[in-house]
Amino acid sequence: MTATAETSARTRGHGVRAEGVTKRYGRSLVVDDVHLDLPLGGVTALIGPNGAGKSTLLSIVGRLLGADAGRVSVAGLDVATTRGDELAKRLAVLRQDNHLDIRLTVRDLVTFGRYPHSKGRPTAEDLEHVERALAYLDLTELADRFLDQLSGGQRQRAFVAMVLCQDTDVILLDEPLNNLDLRHAVAMMGRLRDAARELGRTVVVVVHDLNVASCYADTIVAMRDGKVAACGTPAEIMRPDLLEEIYGLPVRVHELDGQLIATYYG
Amino acid sequence: MTVTTRPARTTPPAALVGGVGGLLVLAAISCLIGVAGMSWEVLWVSRLPRTIGLVLAGAALAVCGLLMQLLVRNRFVEPSTVGTTEAAGLGLVVITLLVPGSPLMVKMVTAALFALAGTWLFLRVVRLMPVREPILVPLIGLMLGGVISAMTTFLAFHHDLLQTLNTWMTGDFSGVLQGRYELLWLVAGLVVIAFVAADRFTVAGMGETFSANAGLDHRSVLAVGLAIVSVVSAVVVVTVGVIPFLGLIVPNVVSALVGDNARRGLPWVALLGSGLVLACDIVGRLVRHPYEIPVGTVMGVLGAVFFLHLLLRRSRAA
Repeated sequence: MTATAETSARTRGHGVRAEGVTKRYGRSLVVDDVHLDLPLGGVTALIGPNGAGKSTLLSIVGRLLGADAGRVSVAGLDVATTRGDELAKRLAVLRQDNHLDIRLTVRDLVTFGRYPHSKGRPTAEDLEHVERALAYLDLTELADRFLDQLSGGQRQRAFVAMVLCQDTDVILLDEPLNNLDLRHAVAMMGRLRDAARELGRTVVVVVHDLNVASCYADTIVAMRDGKVAACGTPAEIMRPDLLEEIYGLPVRVHELDGQLIATYYG
Repeated sequence: MTVTTRPARTTPPAALVGGVGGLLVLAAISCLIGVAGMSWEVLWVSRLPRTIGLVLAGAALAVCGLLMQLLVRNRFVEPSTVGTTEAAGLGLVVITLLVPGSPLMVKMVTAALFALAGTWLFLRVVRLMPVREPILVPLIGLMLGGVISAMTTFLAFHHDLLQTLNTWMTGDFSGVLQGRYELLWLVAGLVVIAFVAADRFTVAGMGETFSANAGLDHRSVLAVGLAIVSVVSAVVVVTVGVIPFLGLIVPNVVSALVGDNARRGLPWVALLGSGLVLACDIVGRLVRHPYEIPVGTVMGVLGAVFFLHLLLRRSRAA
């Protein structure tokens, strides 16, 4: 199977493009010659078993980690050579475990999402973005609370609000549904899909729930052993044989209410 | 979409204005205390410089504490718990031995360079050691500071400078007179830089990942911040001596009250830093009137108790 997103017939430019990206930790090859071409606009879900290299790939694309080989460009900018402050206006990335050692309120945190644009002097327009992002993730009531006074799920939403507030073409999120209850998980995916459809953002999320990927993603990239094992639309990826090969577990796929739902419990 | 926007805050909150008022009252009291009879000359040559010196040193040291805590991402660090102050002291002894009677400016620059080197050494050691326990970070710093002061004491002992060293390393404002404290205005300038760059320091305090995401050059912010801390520590050591723990107490109190967003917290840190040093100095001048207890000693007692409280609270919470 080709590693290129063939669904990008209506390509208006590249959202994310990776060519031969490779990363080793010691002797183990964590990301192995990955080629990816994601169009501008749309939700891409990165799936695969633990240790498949999803988070490492996301960190490399998000310029948090250098690759040993290969090139990554985001919104047409090479992440290795573009100035950090320029890139921050086009690319936002959120890691999986986010811990702050300092005490900030939710509103402070989200306002720092505007830092690449405002350099710490938020204009009225910046503050409008902040309030919108807070409302978007159901945080308005909590805006003046300190992060250390929130639950894990509320904190997670605050971090995502910060990243959305950054207002970038490309948004990379590593397991954004961590700690979220059902209602907020569904709302979060809905928000991300809206951002992709209405605002033309390229959203790449690492998710563990196959059915979230199936129901919300435009493209699914399945990884295994550091390689892209498959890449395509949910209809192309949500196939029992393919999923079994990726996860090493029998998976059944059902069509329910027009959605492809995988079941895999005993 | 209906969204209520809050206007950007341009006027300082009433509490801050009240704080400035409180500081002025303390400053006035500080000007009125003394053994010599009051005259315009005494006020101009001795009292006012002393009070200004207290205000400047207090604000700058407290701001340095906050900068360090943001940059090292540890609540327990400040110049006197990571070896910065001790390194400045070593620099002062070394330059005194190498070039006796060198001008104040030369002493200050040497002390600042030593302070920078000491801070850098501390950061290297912390990076090399796989320490994830926050309490261990200042312990490493205190040990490093201990080693540096042992070197300083050794040098001073061999050259009959022990008594002088003791005077240098104890913060004391009784010798502050017109013409002997003006270097402290330099630290006021550095505090202004810290205010201007406040948001950079907060973003740096969020960690390297968030800094990268925000497009902030973490290394240069770290370099600028540590340079400010080193120069301030050196100037204060050279002009008045060591005032321990101030940079620990004040930022922790402010953090509990208004959080760590430096743009909001810095005015409070500067204000409380000045206020606390003024108050400790007033106490030191009144307790054994007409004699004085150095402000560094008063602050040392207060700070040690606070430091213990902070450690115990942290270990209870953990």
